[in-house]
Amino acid sequence: MAERKEADVSDQARVLIIDDEPQIRKFLRISLGAQGYEVIEAENGQSGIEKCALEAPHLVILDLGLPDLDGQEVLAKIREWSEVPIIVLSVRANEEEKVNALDRGANDYVTKPFGIAELIARVRAILRGRKSDDPTSSEIVSGDLKIDLAAHRIFKGDNELKLTKKEFALLTLLARNAGRIVTHQQILREIWGPAQESETHYLRIYIGHLRQKLGDDPLNPTYIENEPGVGYRFLRIEE
Amino acid sequence: MTDEEDRPSPEALLEQTRRDDRGKLKIFLGAYPGVGKTYAMLQAAQERRKEGRDVIVGIVETHGRVETENLLRGLEALPRKRLLHRGRVFGEMDIDAIIWRKPEIALVDELAHTNVTGSRHEKRYQDIDELLDAGIDVYTTLNIQHLESLNDIVARISRVRVRETLPDSFLEKANEIELIDLPPDDLLQRLRDGKVYVIDQVGRALRHFFSKGNLTALRELAMRIAAERIDAQMLEYMRTHAVSGPWPTQDRLMVCLNESPVAKKLVRTAKRMAERQRVPWIALHVETPRDDRMSNAEKDDIAEALRLAEQLGAEIVTLQAEAHLAKEISALASKRNVTRLLIGRPRRRRWSGLLRENVARRLLENAEGFDVTVIAADADEKKRSLISDNPFERGSWRSRSFSWVFGSVTTATVAALFADRYVPLGNLSLIYLLAVLLTAIRCGMWPSIAASFLAFISYNFFFTVPYYTLSVFHQEQLITIVFFLIVSVIVGNLAGRLRLQVDAMKTSGKRTANLYDFSRKIAAAVSLDDVLWAAVHHVAATLDCQSMVLQPGTNGSLEITAAYPPDDQLGLKDWGAAEWAWEHSKPAGWRSETLPTAEWLFMPMNTQQGPFGVVGVRFKADARALGPSQRRLLEALVDQVAVAVERTRLATDIEEARLLTETEQLRAALLSSISHDLRTPLVSIIGSATTLTSYDDLMGSEDRQQLTQTILEESERLNRFVQNLLDMTRLGYGALQPKKEWSDLAEIIGRAVKHAGKFAGMRSVEVQISPDLAPIHVDPVLIEQVLFNILDNAVKHTASDGVITIRTKTGSDRVVIEISDDGVGIPVEAREAVFDVFYRVRAGDSQVAGTGLGLSICRGFIEAHGGQIVALDGPQGQGTTIAITLPITVMPSVAEDDEDLQDGRAEGS
Repeated sequence: MAERKEADVSDQARVLIIDDEPQIRKFLRISLGAQGYEVIEAENGQSGIEKCALEAPHLVILDLGLPDLDGQEVLAKIREWSEVPIIVLSVRANEEEKVNALDRGANDYVTKPFGIAELIARVRAILRGRKSDDPTSSEIVSGDLKIDLAAHRIFKGDNELKLTKKEFALLTLLARNAGRIVTHQQILREIWGPAQESETHYLRIYIGHLRQKLGDDPLNPTYIENEPGVGYRFLRIEE
Repeated sequence: MTDEEDRPSPEALLEQTRRDDRGKLKIFLGAYPGVGKTYAMLQAAQERRKEGRDVIVGIVETHGRVETENLLRGLEALPRKRLLHRGRVFGEMDIDAIIWRKPEIALVDELAHTNVTGSRHEKRYQDIDELLDAGIDVYTTLNIQHLESLNDIVARISRVRVRETLPDSFLEKANEIELIDLPPDDLLQRLRDGKVYVIDQVGRALRHFFSKGNLTALRELAMRIAAERIDAQMLEYMRTHAVSGPWPTQDRLMVCLNESPVAKKLVRTAKRMAERQRVPWIALHVETPRDDRMSNAEKDDIAEALRLAEQLGAEIVTLQAEAHLAKEISALASKRNVTRLLIGRPRRRRWSGLLRENVARRLLENAEGFDVTVIAADADEKKRSLISDNPFERGSWRSRSFSWVFGSVTTATVAALFADRYVPLGNLSLIYLLAVLLTAIRCGMWPSIAASFLAFISYNFFFTVPYYTLSVFHQEQLITIVFFLIVSVIVGNLAGRLRLQVDAMKTSGKRTANLYDFSRKIAAAVSLDDVLWAAVHHVAATLDCQSMVLQPGTNGSLEITAAYPPDDQLGLKDWGAAEWAWEHSKPAGWRSETLPTAEWLFMPMNTQQGPFGVVGVRFKADARALGPSQRRLLEALVDQVAVAVERTRLATDIEEARLLTETEQLRAALLSSISHDLRTPLVSIIGSATTLTSYDDLMGSEDRQQLTQTILEESERLNRFVQNLLDMTRLGYGALQPKKEWSDLAEIIGRAVKHAGKFAGMRSVEVQISPDLAPIHVDPVLIEQVLFNILDNAVKHTASDGVITIRTKTGSDRVVIEISDDGVGIPVEAREAVFDVFYRVRAGDSQVAGTGLGLSICRGFIEAHGGQIVALDGPQGQGTTIAITLPITVMPSVAEDDEDLQDGRAEGS
């Protein structure tokens, strides 16, 4: 049953890998191919941009450290004409680079070195999001949590949770992007307006409140995960 | 054999090559003004120009002569430098412009010219020297009467004392001398025709100068000099080109100088004799205790004479001697291979000369291996030496002696009158003898002789028959006075000498103490700044002057690095002198040869590693030129400063070398640790992977699973290690700026535990978080890394079923995170060292795998947050607790503009 579902998701999904390391391209080609994706490769930024235009992939995996062009530049160029989802690969201890990439339009990131499971999870989350980005959908479900977007109501199991407007807006924003990272700035801009973009403590407090109300343990969160220095991610718990 | 002898002498070759780098000097020499030197020089210049050489006019005086001016056509002339002196504008040669323009040949008229006050150099020949140094050929003109060593002769011939003089040594620098000859008759004709420029005031002296006899004598002098020059050049050529022949041996000539006014004349004579004999010469001054009692004018005389000798190319030697001057001089003479000794004729002394050491006579008697030439003093120069320029001091000294003489004899008389009643007459003379003795000891010989006469008179008057008369009846009385006199002379002389010796010892003792004091002060100074400060302070205190040290700054120009009294201002001229002294490594400024009108005197400081700055001193406005002893003291001080600075530099070098070695050691240790920590996981990875590829078909799925797991785990370990190295580098650069944001500590701990849990195996990790934990303002990435490192460490040092506990405690202004394990623990003495970056590295290869970097990174990160991290006992005295303390800041409040969702919905619906 589960396999069947996945095949649906990855049906004719083309993934473009832009990375100069042949070893990385190789294992990505093998693992993504095994998952049923069609893989296109580009070994530098310039050919990456070209292939992105010619082959119209459904997803781009972009390494930020490229020999010819800066990865951020490639990102910006692609974003000039395409809304194709992009996952960037970046090294650790460089949160700023990640935030930059996300601000320039990258949809998510994976820190190198990474396990293949993590990457596949991101790829899936993004491709699913693309498919299910249905404006008519009025319900988000994750585990025992159910968000009724139309009615502005939230249930955990059978209990309705009492949230404030902002808490609700925050939760909805994260849940709509389930599985994907939402940066601090994106959240603040969306909910508090552009003027409050740097007030990370707002976020900290509201996330704290939300976790409390959702019964989410910060030590081991099940709904809202923090990516320190970057943003928050709503974890969709599959049924 | 002959080859050996005919080889050019190395010194000669060296001299030749040294000259090759310099510009060539050509002197157009004339016997008197008006022979057409400038004209000849310009003609030569025009010829050079036609040959295509780059000739410029540095400075040429045409004195309005048309023919001469015509010759200037086509020659590029550099504008003169304008200098204002006493309200008048003077045009002097612009040396810097010439050096900047760098022609092949520069024409510089009137070699002996004295520059206007305020110029860089006192004399034009010094300017020319600089041009030559810059590699520019110079054509110049000179009249023979300006030559320093001929000054006296010319003055005697022409009765005109020429003020503008040129050191003979400069003439020797000339590569070529062209004698411009014009017979006296022709000159006189030209003079009558008005073709010769003579200075405005054609006085009687000048008219005498241009008499035929005079001119003939001068012409002869010029020719002789030119001929001597040619001889010297020939000799040099022969030496350089190894032409064998009888060369003069390296004999030396030595001239002894004292405060006598003929000293300068002695110097000039010595120079001429040395020149003629082609021998090097030495100017000697013997410092005796007498020097300290000299008047300032006398000291100046000696200083000037020595300076003149130095200018004329003599080697200056100063000896210190208490007595036996002749012996000292003879010893030096034989040591230095002196063949001729020049001394001035001693001043005629009355009979005191019998008693004092007559140096000249002793020298004449003892002369072995050298001739002694005595030079007579001129009549008119004698006078000044008799005039004391400090009458007050001397007068007061005399009056003091007089009062001693009278006082002692009067006291003796009173005592004798009193004693007359009790002792025999003969013994009374002993009382007088005592008075004479005391006077001799106290005041020296002359007063004691006076005292003995007075004593005799009193004795005769009061105590011998007939009383109260001065007539002498008995022969014993004559004997008495003779004894009195002998005692006076002997004791007075002895006492006088003793006193001089004591004085000299005091002076030299003071000097030594001074230098010793300085050494001590400097020894205590650690940094270069301290040394320099001690130096300027000491120089100022010792010489009673202002002092400073200048050193080249980062941009290469001189800066004042220390001054006492502290001051950072220097006049323009002083700056010029300082820079000149620095560039040329020669003294410059006040009373020296270069920029003598500056207020400061600058001495270069040289160490073995080369020059590193200059010391400047400024004496009080009324100070005279430095005497040799003062100059030597200053030089000694400067040398000491140089040594001290070198010592400091060496100390710094050694410290740097030590640091370098330590860094090298650390680097080596780190490298071995890195290679160990990198290789261990790689061994497992490569081993597992090769097993998988080679024996895939032989293994069960479980084996395969295990091997893959190993590859994964070891890769993770490698990854952690690389992360540690990167963090270390970030810390090492000191550029670590925590990117703080409001964070939930529980969340951070959760992430760290989750991460570490992957490697924890069966170990359990318990987390106890205080309920009142508020958000903290930290860099969550760094804190997570810290916690992970500590957990990772704890995992490594506990048994496989160990328990690790994380506890948080909140205080009013801080939060404490404790990570405890029940492992082997850390010995108390090592608890600080574990945070040391070297610690694990030093522990070597045998320990549990993993670098020692982890904890030192933790400390670095925590300290970057203003917190602390320490190692403590485990909770039950077993294992280890790492306690992290982080400061808490109050979170800014949030504007409460939120409302309940239900209300909003109610409104909305």
